[in-house]
Amino acid sequence: MIYLDNAATTRVSEEVFEAIKPFFCEQYANPSAIYSAAGRCMAAVEAARRQAAALVGAQSNEIYFTSGGSEADNWAIRAAAEANQGKGRHIITSAIEHHAVLHTCKALEKQGYEVTYAGVDENGVLRLEELERAIRPDTILITVMAANNEIGTIQPLAEIGALAKKHGILFHTDAVQAYGHIPLDVDAMQIDMLSASGHKLHAPKGTGLLYIRRGVKIGSFIYGGAQERSRRAGTLNTAGIVGMGEAARLARERMEENARRERELRDYLISRVLHEIPYSRLNGDADRRLPGNANFSFRFVEGESVLILLDQQGICASSGSACTSGALDPSHVLLAIGLTHEAAHGSLRLTLSAENTREELDYTVDRLKEIIKRLRDMSPLYEDFRKHNRTEAEYVQ
Amino acid sequence: MYSEKVMDHFSNPRNVGELENASGVGTVGNAKCGDIMRIYLDIDERGMIREARFKTFGCGAAVATSSMATELVKGRTVQEALAVTNKAVMEALDGLPPAKVHCSLLAEEAIHAALWDYAQKNGLVIEGLEKPVDDIEEKQEE
Repeated sequence: MIYLDNAATTRVSEEVFEAIKPFFCEQYANPSAIYSAAGRCMAAVEAARRQAAALVGAQSNEIYFTSGGSEADNWAIRAAAEANQGKGRHIITSAIEHHAVLHTCKALEKQGYEVTYAGVDENGVLRLEELERAIRPDTILITVMAANNEIGTIQPLAEIGALAKKHGILFHTDAVQAYGHIPLDVDAMQIDMLSASGHKLHAPKGTGLLYIRRGVKIGSFIYGGAQERSRRAGTLNTAGIVGMGEAARLARERMEENARRERELRDYLISRVLHEIPYSRLNGDADRRLPGNANFSFRFVEGESVLILLDQQGICASSGSACTSGALDPSHVLLAIGLTHEAAHGSLRLTLSAENTREELDYTVDRLKEIIKRLRDMSPLYEDFRKHNRTEAEYVQ
Repeated sequence: MYSEKVMDHFSNPRNVGELENASGVGTVGNAKCGDIMRIYLDIDERGMIREARFKTFGCGAAVATSSMATELVKGRTVQEALAVTNKAVMEALDGLPPAKVHCSLLAEEAIHAALWDYAQKNGLVIEGLEKPVDDIEEKQEE
């Protein structure tokens, strides 16, 4: 199997797996209990918290472990909205957020909040001037993702943080795709809240965190026991948290090396695809981009078909086509950067990890060339294109 | 997600291609929803469908339903082809996931559109056949 869907989830690394193993059958005590066996578990949780914090320049008591990135996003946005409704009920976000953010904003709109969805340019970079224009006296929260999950575009977090600070507005970032992959610093970027997930970083699924800057007053999202300094109830997921801590430690240690390797592989992949497959384009910014992300559109073909045929060759990938999401419309991200519906339906996302090899990419591109040709040969859009000899300009919006 | 039959018709689609001098050609669907089907029919003077071909832009189910629809109308009369419903296409494929049922509707529509084109070209009235809504460009602008 060639796994090129690392933005969806990653393989748990051997180091992480070794680190979490003792916490199932041996060190299984509830970390919050009084006995010494529990104390040892709590010590492991706190060590993980320090590692998780260090990765973004935070203090460990500003890290709250959650069940994942989606919970962290829901918590940050809903709790910030509730805590600040005395000041106002206006939130600003971007048009290309993950659904964990977008759907939370939609839910708040139903409760009387107003949300502005600031636009992005053709590469998916937030239009800062649009963001600043949207700021009002009753704006209580700016939430913009650190890097996009589909096209990998990295947002200007420091600039957004500075704007938020200048206007006295809370700044939350969904860093699920960025955490551990690119340098993040909550102080330098003036981030008040940051969501992250473990399983995008070779830790197990079901673990995430919310960083909440000390002094930021938001309420709980999950009520119950006094875990996580009484801000997030629920028995601590010791194994998951330990795994996330170990993954954070490894990411900090190897970030530069991994990023360099991924970038090299990614650029090789992009170059081969764009040169060898006609009528293909790269979606997203060529430079301001997550090291492991490549996203293409192939004209005249539909993404799900490409995915099934790739799967038949043992290659795991994903697409922004509607058919792959169960919705009627293709990816809101690809439409927001100005792609036509056809180009959005014909998108393919290949996301690498440092574990991938050049040989795997060569095999993938070779198969992809055959697959795209095969699908174009049965595409009425390609038939029309050839017959009417339409010019490029007519197809490019 | 897909039945074995769907996977078979997607992986080894029957009757892919074009027909020169087709008796009727029908194109339905639009790029917005992600599926476009074009069906070519070669119909003899007795109203028998000698050949059927298709070209499809779309997901696995779209390709499989097109393939199956062409199989089901080949060697049939125009009236018999008209009776090939989306349900018949779905059943022949051992079912489709709920989100993909529209693909089978599109296949039925494509057959009807090709039959309509054939009727128009030959000044025929085919009983039970209504003018299909098949203008891709129009739908795209909606």
